[in-house]
Amino acid sequence: MSRLQRSINWGRLGIAALPWFWLGLFFVLPFLYVLKISLAEPQLAQPPYMDLVREFEDGIMTLVVNFGNYQLLLEDSLYINALMGSLKVAAVSTFFAVLIGYPMAYAIARAPSHWRLPLLMLIILPFWTSFLIRVYAWIGILKNNGLLNQFLMWTGLIDAPIDILYTQTAVYIGIVYSYLPFIVLPLYATLVRLDQSLLEAAADLGCPPLKQFLLITLPLSLPGLIAGSMLVFIPVMGEFVIPDLLGGPNTLMLGKLMWTEFFANKDWPLASALAAVLLVVLIIPFVLLRHMEQRSEEAE
Amino acid sequence: MFKRSPFLFSALVLGYAFLYGPIFSLIIYSFNESRLVTVWAGFSTKWYGELLHNDQILSAAWLSIKIAAMNASIATLLGTLTAIVLVRFRRTKMRSALDTLVAAPLVMPEVIIGLSLLLLFISMERLLGWPDGRGTTTITIAHATFSMAYVTVVVRSRLAHMDESLEEAAMDLGAHPFKVFFLITLPIISPALLAGWLLAFTLSMDDLIVASFVSGPGSTTLPMVVYSSVRLGVSPEINALATIMVLIVSIAVLIAGRVIYLQEKRSQELR
Repeated sequence: MSRLQRSINWGRLGIAALPWFWLGLFFVLPFLYVLKISLAEPQLAQPPYMDLVREFEDGIMTLVVNFGNYQLLLEDSLYINALMGSLKVAAVSTFFAVLIGYPMAYAIARAPSHWRLPLLMLIILPFWTSFLIRVYAWIGILKNNGLLNQFLMWTGLIDAPIDILYTQTAVYIGIVYSYLPFIVLPLYATLVRLDQSLLEAAADLGCPPLKQFLLITLPLSLPGLIAGSMLVFIPVMGEFVIPDLLGGPNTLMLGKLMWTEFFANKDWPLASALAAVLLVVLIIPFVLLRHMEQRSEEAE
Repeated sequence: MFKRSPFLFSALVLGYAFLYGPIFSLIIYSFNESRLVTVWAGFSTKWYGELLHNDQILSAAWLSIKIAAMNASIATLLGTLTAIVLVRFRRTKMRSALDTLVAAPLVMPEVIIGLSLLLLFISMERLLGWPDGRGTTTITIAHATFSMAYVTVVVRSRLAHMDESLEEAAMDLGAHPFKVFFLITLPIISPALLAGWLLAFTLSMDDLIVASFVSGPGSTTLPMVVYSSVRLGVSPEINALATIMVLIVSIAVLIAGRVIYLQEKRSQELR
């Protein structure tokens, strides 16, 4: 092996080492700590959990594993309801995000080519402005004397303000609004690559537009559709800010519950057990997302 | 084509109205005289004046800017290295593993990232004595961990689509690979580095959840101040702050877009 080749090999190793070191230390290792603390017993101290390996009076080191936190998650219906609540909110908001995002992505992909970049920029731009502030904006719009109620009363559609803020509807609106760019971008990427001649051929053979869409466009855009849906579904499962600011007391979601257990109840082991459960639930959609992403990379 | 499909045209108009309506309502009501945010009582800039005298918001903003800049620099370095591995290295099991590992923080709920990093920092402090307490350092590390994933996405697509013949020519003429990287590759991908840096900066400026977990006493970031004030209700000062932030972001995106556009044009002329 030449000296140059050797120095290149060392250089390559050096380049790959830093990302591996960083992600291993600050991303993988922390999850192992979550699993560890989820098996610990809570105590009133700083930090508020007991060590798993403890030394008793007789000087013998003993491993004490406590499955009580997981048992509590199974027994108390609060946690099951929160899991079901998160699944429902994530599924319903993903559905509505697709309903709004698909026509937008389709329209951008079919727009004249010099329009596409500006239109895409307009989709991405809100993503660059503060998430917290965009959610906050909806409080002023949805509250009882807010802009939406004022508008509806002005048009005469309603006589008295309707309660929207601090309900489940507000949570859906906030999530669809915040996550819309995540569904539009991957859908656009697959729709813009779609071969137009397929549709023309179908039209020439007398296939009506709706059937063209259902039989050609929709199946071919499935990778983008699934990737985009997972990009919404996965983070929404652990969403905290939107249910906290826009939702009401009956909005029960895992992310919000974890936050309460951690910051209000100071029960770190229980919060860790919730995090571990959430992680396990998210593995399937994450694998699906990776599969779709790899497929689109190979297609390029 | 829009003439043929009024449905697609209205989907776009309504979609953009949905995306931008709330932001414009924030901006308009930041100039409202009244403290009641939804009742219009005349034009006024007094909330901007009050914002400038709010020491809590100003010092939190300064802290957030410092953290965001440090985070963006670390994330750009790590993200660029990752992108090089993913685009230029041979396809191996290790490479696919890194690909999955770096994609995970993009979708991982922030509550999990925040909690897991806090537990790590506490254990490290007990074992190694570092990090000494929690604050700027721990927030920066946490932010860099998820920001680097976004930088990787941006730099990676640029690297994958760049013309490799320039690099090959330099190598053929006997240039050392490191020299090729610094003199040819780096200048070509620099627009992506700038875009990635700016994206990492805004992600850090915006993060409430991860920072809440790994911050300590005395390190309150801007989103944490905004959150505690928003929880108490709508306040015109926050509207003024939001307007300033939207303005800064729009200008930054316009400048970055312009720089990237000009670079793109120049490199196309060179061909």
